[in-house]
Parts: sequence; C-alpha cells; structure tokens
Amino acid sequence: MASTIRVRAISSGETTEVQALIQHPMDSGYVKDAKGDLIPPHFIQQLTFEYDGKNVFLADWGPAVSKDPYVKFSFKGGKKGDDLKISWVDNKGASDTTTAKIQ
Amino acid sequence: MTTTHDGFPATRRLILKGAGAVALIGLGNLPFSLSPAFAAANDKYPEEAFKQKSDADAIKALYGKTAEQSDKVKLDAPEIAENGAVVPISVSSTLPDVTSISILVAENPNALAASYKIPAGTLPSVANRLKMAKTTNVIAVVEAGGKLYSTSKEVKVTVGGCGG
Repeated sequence: MASTIRVRAISSGETTEVQALIQHPMDSGYVKDAKGDLIPPHFIQQLTFEYDGKNVFLADWGPAVSKDPYVKFSFKGGKKGDDLKISWVDNKGASDTTTAKIQ
Repeated sequence: MTTTHDGFPATRRLILKGAGAVALIGLGNLPFSLSPAFAAANDKYPEEAFKQKSDADAIKALYGKTAEQSDKVKLDAPEIAENGAVVPISVSSTLPDVTSISILVAENPNALAASYKIPAGTLPSVANRLKMAKTTNVIAVVEAGGKLYSTSKEVKVTVGGCGG
C-alpha cells in the first residue's frame, strides 16, 4: 500500500522547511452519515518528525484538525540527501511511518 | 531464647511503623514531584486537555498556567472562512526559547485543536488547517522560557465544519 504520508523537505542551507500532507479522514465524532448515524471519532493524535535520531517536531492533534491534514514547519540544520522520518498514530491505534529525503 | 523471641515482634512493629512513615512522606511529596514530571513527559498525548470544552480550561489542562496577551505572538488566519472544514491558520513568534505552540478554537465542541512541541533548533512557526464550527475566536498560545503568551483573532465562518 502506498504511504498515507507525503512529505517535502527542502534544505536552504541553514534551515530545512518541511511540508507534510497525510491522508486521513480526521472524523470529529460530530458529523452524521447519510443515514443520520454519528460517524465515530477517528483522528490522528500524534505526528512526529525525526531527523538524525532526534525529534525535530511533534504534533498533538485533536479532531478539529482538517481532513487530510497539512502541516508546515522549519528546523535549523538538515543536509540535502539526509533522511527525515515521519510517523503518525491515530485514536484507534493505527499508524504509518515513512522516510523522506531532504532535497 | 525468650528475650530474642520477645524482641522480634517489637522490631517487626518498628519496621512496619517505619515503612508507614516512609509511605506517608512519599505521599506528601507527590504533589510537588508530580508537576515537574507532568511537564517533562512531553511526548505523551495530552488527552485531558483535548477533552476540555472551553479554551481557558484547555490551556490550564495543557500547561497548568494562564497565558498573557502578547504582540510577539503572530496569528495568521483569514477574516472570513468560506468553508469551516478547512481554515488555514499559521502561528509564529519572535519570542526566544519557544518550546510549544498551541492553537485553540474558542467555540468548537472542544476548544483545543492542535498543540505542537518545538524542540531547540526548530523555528517557532507552524502552519496547519483546522475545522471551525462557527464564527468565533481563534487563539494562539506560545510557551517561551516557561511562560505563556497568547493572541487571538475572530474568524467569520459562513459554513461550519463540525456539524452535519
């Protein structure tokens, strides 16, 4: 299966800008389906970005984060060609991990 | 023989008493040792904070303190969001030693939307997209040097993103 995570990490020498887009329903638990039944909450709770064995960014998310979430941040350092590891875990215990090359 | 036999329960009682005293001291220390531990365990998902309804309660549950208004927290959000399901919001700060950035939507069913940990070396700037139930204030909270700073902005929502 293709990864649910799409990442673009671009180094400008001093800093690396990271943009991530994740495929996830991010159901809040407040929306009803066509039959009028509530769709149970299903959302990513934690998203981590790891570079060189260290966390460079950690997101704690609630159900108010939009469907197919997007996030952008920058960190100092990060060399072209190095790996950036991204993982998420949702409230049902599902998870995904991917590694992106810094460009 | 008898003397040792008599002495034995006494020492045991002493030991038990001693253990009880240690346990009491341990309990007494708990409230003090708990709060730093709470702050140090920063990789744990803040379940309680996300359950709070109001923004003030969520900030308290997350950080254990209140935030002061600051113009050094920059919140970028649209004046009017046509679609409450996808509202682009970004927060940055010019404050030094930023360790955390959180974004709250005051009148969502649960105010806290997202909380980010900013390790040393990561820039105090984050962009994301949030759902908004209706027209309300978006609040950005920045933790810097152990203190909390916040700013807020009203975003008008034409179509809510939480109902159905």
